[in-house]
Amino acid sequence: MKFSEEFEKRFAEMVPHYPTKRSALVPTLLYAQDEIGFLSDEVIAELAGRLDLTELEVRNVITYYSMLTTKPRGKFNVQVCTNISCLVRGGEEIFDHCAKKLGVGHNGTTPDGLFTLEEVECIGACSWAPAAQVNYDFHENLTTEKIDEVLDQYRKKATQ
Amino acid sequence: MQNYPISKSRMASLVSHPDEVKVVSRRFGQGATDIDRYLELDGYRAVQKALGMEADAIINEVKNSGLRGRGGAGFSTGMKWSFVPKQSAKPKYVLCNGDESEPGTCKDRLIFEHDPHSVIEGVMIGGLAVGARSGYIYIRGEYRYLSIIMQKAIRDAYTKGFLGKNIFGSGRDFDVYWHGGAGAYEVGEESALMESLEGKRGIPRIRPPFPAVVGLWGGPTVINNAETLASVPPIILGGAEWFAKLGPPKNGGTRLFCLSGNVAKPGVYELPMGYNLKKMIYEVGGGIPNGRQLKAVVPGGASCPCLTADEVDVNMDFDSVAKAGSMLGSGGVVVIDDAQCIVKFALRTMKFYQHESCGWCIPCREGTDWLKKTLVRFHAGGGVKKDIDNMQYLSENMLGRTFCPLGDAAAMPTIAFVKKFRKEFEDHLEGRPCPFELEGAREQMPVMAH
Repeated sequence: MKFSEEFEKRFAEMVPHYPTKRSALVPTLLYAQDEIGFLSDEVIAELAGRLDLTELEVRNVITYYSMLTTKPRGKFNVQVCTNISCLVRGGEEIFDHCAKKLGVGHNGTTPDGLFTLEEVECIGACSWAPAAQVNYDFHENLTTEKIDEVLDQYRKKATQ
Repeated sequence: MQNYPISKSRMASLVSHPDEVKVVSRRFGQGATDIDRYLELDGYRAVQKALGMEADAIINEVKNSGLRGRGGAGFSTGMKWSFVPKQSAKPKYVLCNGDESEPGTCKDRLIFEHDPHSVIEGVMIGGLAVGARSGYIYIRGEYRYLSIIMQKAIRDAYTKGFLGKNIFGSGRDFDVYWHGGAGAYEVGEESALMESLEGKRGIPRIRPPFPAVVGLWGGPTVINNAETLASVPPIILGGAEWFAKLGPPKNGGTRLFCLSGNVAKPGVYELPMGYNLKKMIYEVGGGIPNGRQLKAVVPGGASCPCLTADEVDVNMDFDSVAKAGSMLGSGGVVVIDDAQCIVKFALRTMKFYQHESCGWCIPCREGTDWLKKTLVRFHAGGGVKKDIDNMQYLSENMLGRTFCPLGDAAAMPTIAFVKKFRKEFEDHLEGRPCPFELEGAREQMPVMAH
């Protein structure tokens, strides 16, 4: 199992911050997922070994956190918030629009592997609702036209 | 997906209003993520002053300032600090709760984005007060760009010698570390936060013992919200009396109110504690747009019972909002206009709690699930009259019967929706379509983790 140099540097730096090794688990899982795209069996075995945990203990943690996934996702994860602040400003319309445009439902991935669509809980963009995150990027004060532009931008980015 | 440079588009936009009193937000938009700029703007002066104070003097100053927890519970910060035992065989810790995920709340995001050093300074002062030598700043996983900002701020503080060994030549050591989450509302609850930081599922711990006595890795731990900690340096510099007088008695200081929903000018405004809610909606927020009328307000994040349009003439401090039957909570003010369906709003709120319930306590795990199922059926026109009473009965039986407040957080708003908008629930009965949706109710997508 090979991670990038940057991952290794971060990992080596992080572990001594805690009195127990396993404390580094949650942020490490997310960094690993950012590199590999999902938490594969191989990643789970590797991190379990490094942090003196069983694979089951690692899986137990993974299933708790909504950002962590053991299944591959599209290159761009489109996370549309429909929680209360977004709901009253048209968050559901944004989600439905994305679903129609991408031809997938909640947790669906487009056949070209570019986009995964997710209906998510509050992402902390309430005063700039409706909002979505694509991977870690926030897109706020959305309209259906604006989300079209956002999706087009990412599509372009992928072909570049 | 790796390595994002911070682009301008990711920054949240700022607003302002003449009634604002800028204490926590005074450096917003001033470039204070840069440590030298932060120093020019009084940065790290409070911690140097605190280094010359006795621990008890710091605690008393914070106690007298009337600072209360900005995460939602509103507990006296100074009091919380005083519960940490003076002597401890195990190391003590300060833990900053930046797992901001209460729906309607987006204030800690701005603090991390514009003034990360103020949080570091708050953690340090908290550490001096309780005798801790290290602190952790926990930031939710979705806030990746803020983690990058915070990690740089911490590095810069080490480079300047403000953190690490012999801080400011005082002979004392203090370390601050960043920690990241990976998507979980429940982790915002203090004992679940510690579990998460220890690399486990975020399941609450049974109390007592309280974290101040047995916390992170068994050591005494003080846990404060990011806004609470960012309020500490101004208290040390400006004095408890000045801070206390910004708000009404026992409600010192200001609050970052996150105004959202159906208002003309949503945004995060820093207003004095006790600012009138009606004024906040109509003057600061510019009123209800599109010729609509106010229907209800959720005054402090999704877990707070809503106030109807007739109940909004209330002062926004912990005690006044409690007297009005709700909570000041996390400062998330969600405004709902008369085009919105309360049943649907209640359903979306419950879907959230059902999704976020960790499943540890049965009343919360089963209660949220039953309530969600009932509300889905009800909103789609499949409700019977008995459902309305059942929803109230179920919610009331969840109250106070769980290890952590998530069960209460789900029950309280539901009780208020049913009690205050009973007629709207009745309008959905007997196969009638939702009166607010011309094309019928949208099929509710199950928000699921996987």
